[in-house]
Amino acid sequence: MVDRLLGRGPREGATPAEHGTPAERAAAAAYARVQLARNLRRPHTLELVRVMADEFVQLHGDRLFGDDEAIVAGFARIDGRRVVVVGHQKGADTEENIRRNFGLPHPEGFRKAMRLMELGERFGLPVVTFVDVQGAFPGAASEERGVAEAIARSVGLMSRLRTPIVTVITGEGGSGGALAIAVGDVVIALENAVYSVISPEGCATILWRSADQAAAAAAAMKMSAAEQRTLGIVDIVVPEPGEGAHTDPVETARRLRAAVVAQLDALSRVPADELVEARYRRYRALGPFEVVAAPTPPPAERGLGDRLRGLLDAGRQTIGGSLPANLPNLPNLPNLPNLPGVPHRDEPPAREEV
Amino acid sequence: MPPIRLPFRGRRTDFPPDLWTRCPSCQEMLFNKQLEKALRVCPNCGHHFRLAARRRLELLLDGGSFRERDAGLQSVDPLGFADSKPYPDRLAAAQLATGEREAAIWGTGSIEGRPVAICAMDFGFIGGSMGAVVGEKVTRAAEAALAERLPLIVVSASGGARMQEGTFSLMQLAKTMAALERLRAGRVPYISVMTDPTTGGVFASFAAVGDVNLAEPNALIGFAGARVSGGTIAEELPPGFQRAEFLLQHGFVDRIVPRPELRDEIVRLLEYLVPPRPAEASAEVAAVAPGFRPLSFLNALAGRPVETGGDGRSARPAAEAPATVPTPTMPAVPATTGLGLRPAHREAGSPPAEAAEAPKAGEKPEARQFETQTAEAETGAAVGARRPAEGARRG
Ligand SMILES: [Zn+2]
Repeated sequence: MVDRLLGRGPREGATPAEHGTPAERAAAAAYARVQLARNLRRPHTLELVRVMADEFVQLHGDRLFGDDEAIVAGFARIDGRRVVVVGHQKGADTEENIRRNFGLPHPEGFRKAMRLMELGERFGLPVVTFVDVQGAFPGAASEERGVAEAIARSVGLMSRLRTPIVTVITGEGGSGGALAIAVGDVVIALENAVYSVISPEGCATILWRSADQAAAAAAAMKMSAAEQRTLGIVDIVVPEPGEGAHTDPVETARRLRAAVVAQLDALSRVPADELVEARYRRYRALGPFEVVAAPTPPPAERGLGDRLRGLLDAGRQTIGGSLPANLPNLPNLPNLPNLPGVPHRDEPPAREEV
Repeated sequence: MPPIRLPFRGRRTDFPPDLWTRCPSCQEMLFNKQLEKALRVCPNCGHHFRLAARRRLELLLDGGSFRERDAGLQSVDPLGFADSKPYPDRLAAAQLATGEREAAIWGTGSIEGRPVAICAMDFGFIGGSMGAVVGEKVTRAAEAALAERLPLIVVSASGGARMQEGTFSLMQLAKTMAALERLRAGRVPYISVMTDPTTGGVFASFAAVGDVNLAEPNALIGFAGARVSGGTIAEELPPGFQRAEFLLQHGFVDRIVPRPELRDEIVRLLEYLVPPRPAEASAEVAAVAPGFRPLSFLNALAGRPVETGGDGRSARPAAEAPATVPTPTMPAVPATTGLGLRPAHREAGSPPAEAAEAPKAGEKPEARQFETQTAEAETGAAVGARRPAEGARRG
């Protein structure tokens, strides 16, 4: 994997990854891909839809508060097929970016998306979503109007929507703000797109205590389209032309159109209740874990020694070799949570953006 | 790092920290035994200290009524994740520190004689973060609540999604929300209790969408972290930002309930939020969703009690689940390049083929109905072993 990534060679905006340890080179390659996914000239939803669709009728507003231009939505005709389109929209220049809040949606953007997806359900139109967002807007206005609630509701709505949903990750798939419009029957990703639970900078700030470690975080999270496909989060990766989508937006859109149309046609033959059941199962199955014999956990009142023994016996069966051999002698155990990302329960919480 | 932050450094030896705790709000020194007795609420100023998950269950449920389920669910390391420390070491340390296997506990119990399904989170376990196990437990709690017509209560205490599990943890938002949507369609009530802190992906999924949302006083509840809010986006934050009272004021919390009143408050709500009897509920679901086939829906439900290890009424203690060692063999992810078909797609098109195929983890009602209970552990192991493909290799 690493070799393949390195084999691609340096890209625009990327740090050439020719020096350093293998881990450093892998980190540089992973971060180069993040930069590529963020390339300012990369085609966004409107640019792609302009080529993919014969017609696009944009609709505005969530009917509750306002219109959020960081998310665009409307009706489109793609190769003769009538669909609802919902997508994140970053700006191409500073002026547009200010209008679109640098592509960071407020709650009303997600609520507009929900309104349009419900229209699709009611009028039998499949939904095609385009995902390209660093994350939901993290400011006070967003929190006041319930951005978390909007994301949760949108995710819930998509999980039960009785019409086909094809999702395309075109650039940055950034955390909850991405997932809010990404719960598809099929998830397609452009070759240089990335998908992660938190931005690599955010992850590095919290776990490495330094934003400088963003490249290491990008590699650790396995956020490239190819890696996400291997993990089963993404189903299909569409190759980009030339040195990336930004070098040939029209060809990129043509390739995406073919991929989307094929999936729409396949999904259109599935009865709605089977479709919803299969979608439920798709997301139900994501996230590996194991099941081990479960002794009743020791009551909290018991001494530390008992707790250690109880846990180690169980732990050995399950985590096996990963437990350090000297654990029973660990000093200051009650202070163990004093680790980055493991705050003590009475410490101020480590806030995490997701 | 001491358990609490002292305003100045002079540590007084007459307050040994294992006996005394300083209230971070009023600075009063509190005798630990008294603090525990007061449900970890400062008797002086009402500051709510955090509560471990098991303590929370003791506080809310009738004595001795709790039957834990799925206690054997344990996290794996799907990405081979290491920052300053490998993820498995972090998990082991959290288990030692809390005495819990994961950051959430779920099971059934009763409150004033009313049966409920309940899930409580433990902030002491890697910040209460949600990985696959926490998501699975919340989902199973919701699925069991639907199948057994039990009101669902989830007590959240979490910093958000668990970064060490990457997008798998993000997918827990979808998994839990999908189950809660079904619970909602089945008219089974859900009470969300938000405690300090409830943030990130937990707030942006199950915590935000209770039929009734309760919060403890002054609990930190918000989506984005202060680092982002106060850093990247330079913006003055309003006073009380992201506190329970702020959420109440803006309409996202129904009631703020001090801890000593929480149990009575839930009892009162459960008198209004009564789940339908089974026959009523399935008729309702059929009516709500036109085209929904009641038969396939019931079949799917019938498979679920097996999943959660019960007969629909009596809880099977999870301790009886046989131990399994996860099998390292893993079917390759179907090779698709470009526009090929993929598993979920085949499932959608032809369900029988899917059943014969490499099983997608978790849900497989048709095949599961006839399996014995031992299947639970095997499937769980298969889930753990099957999915991480690339990630199983430490890289
Ligand atoms: Zn106090």
